[in-house]
Amino acid sequence: MICDECKKRKAVVHMTKMIQGHKEEIHLCEVCAKAGENSEAINNFSIPSFLTSILDANYNSNSTLRGYGVTNECSSCGTSLHEFKESGKFGCDECHIVFKERLNPLIRRIHGNSNHVGKVPKRTGGAIHLKRRLSYLKQKLQEAIEEEAFEKAVGYRDEIRELEEEIKKT
Amino acid sequence: MTKWLKESGPESDIVISSRIRIARNLSGFPFPHMLKEDNGKDIANRVYNAVIEGNESLGKDFKLVEMHSIDKVDRLNYVEKHIISPALAKNTATGSLLINQDESIAILINEEDHIRIQCLLPGFQLDNSWNLADKIDDLVEEKVKYSFHEELGYLTSCPTNLGTGIRASLMMHLPALNMTGYINSILQASSQIGIAVRGIYGEGTEFLGNIFQVSNQVTLGITEEEIIKNLKNVGIQIIQKERYIRESLLKDKKVELEDKAYRSYGILKNARKITSTEAMKLISHVKLGVVLGLIKDSSLEKLNQLMEMIQVGFLQKYYKSQLSEYDRDVKRAEIIRMNI
Repeated sequence: MICDECKKRKAVVHMTKMIQGHKEEIHLCEVCAKAGENSEAINNFSIPSFLTSILDANYNSNSTLRGYGVTNECSSCGTSLHEFKESGKFGCDECHIVFKERLNPLIRRIHGNSNHVGKVPKRTGGAIHLKRRLSYLKQKLQEAIEEEAFEKAVGYRDEIRELEEEIKKT
Repeated sequence: MTKWLKESGPESDIVISSRIRIARNLSGFPFPHMLKEDNGKDIANRVYNAVIEGNESLGKDFKLVEMHSIDKVDRLNYVEKHIISPALAKNTATGSLLINQDESIAILINEEDHIRIQCLLPGFQLDNSWNLADKIDDLVEEKVKYSFHEELGYLTSCPTNLGTGIRASLMMHLPALNMTGYINSILQASSQIGIAVRGIYGEGTEFLGNIFQVSNQVTLGITEEEIIKNLKNVGIQIIQKERYIRESLLKDKKVELEDKAYRSYGILKNARKITSTEAMKLISHVKLGVVLGLIKDSSLEKLNQLMEMIQVGFLQKYYKSQLSEYDRDVKRAEIIRMNI
């Protein structure tokens, strides 16, 4: 087999390129392969392309299930899902909400998880602080019941009621 | 002067510096790469006001450096000191930096995210770095509204930073692990528990100057404290392994180690022309010699500083001129001879 590039030397490097299901085979000699090392064909590892490859695997399998009226563009900044796939970057905070369902598998692949448990902004995160406190108290209540520490349990129960009222108000 | 370069912190025989970086964005603005110039300036103003007016003592300590107001050499210099990223240096339209006097706290404005708070301390002190970053974060949040989502946490322009938005990292000098090849098993094991270990300075496969950066990969679904605890534990493991190998090398191959350290010292003291690759390698050997008590007439602080001073941006700033590659190698050798 001779080199696809120079059509002279013997091909020693064989590559298979897959682009959206389309398969392309490239055969190069040592000289041409070296010359092309910086070209996109060989050295195309980048975060965006890595993200895209993860995304495509999920996105394609779901695409037939998408209903009508599902938008592919962020209403706030105009970034499309396609642009996100190209750059690996969201355009604004609204993009996160618009593409959330479709990007969840990607987020899970990166982080192994898709639920934030860390810090919450002090000023704007009020309701979230309360909700976190609520689930903490519920867990404590369960523990108290299991230990048959009923006095403690009553305390937790009252606090939970108060907190639930407060959450309703916000 | 830059704190992490001037001083050596805890476990400084191995850990050069500890860094915490947190990513934040302001609600209601597009992310920096989509931002118009006036919006970008508005954001820089808001953050500046939050820090300067938020706290009197901080206000005195910080200065604003706009990327367009400093030249290319100064920008490169900040990059080499690991204070700003190349991405911020490139954004001369809206990129800014708020930095305190000892350069331990830097707030990068309009890099990949609107705000990146970075605390960089010498040696192994991740907790202190985090406490500092956490405080600055609270301070900024008093004056601006962050983009935040209950499930996704702090919203960032790249999905790899979602959740806590925190990247904790250690810069470590690991000559013994690298020399003996054990570093590869550490690279592999770490990646399996969500910790990345990568060579810095070097390109490709060579780990220049035996310097490695160890950092967390996962930012969502885990608390800041857990992220830091995990990284600390991995850091301790690596420190112990590196020390153990250093000890056994010292026992079995003392003459070889001494020979390597003194030869390197000799070249650095006498060379008239040297590339940064060679210099980094030799300084690393001398560092090991100093730490093991084989070389007495140099110090860790001096050598850490030297690793910075031989970088291109520093040389050009020091000699106040654009230098050709040939001239750089000559000036580099000169600066080494004067300072080692």
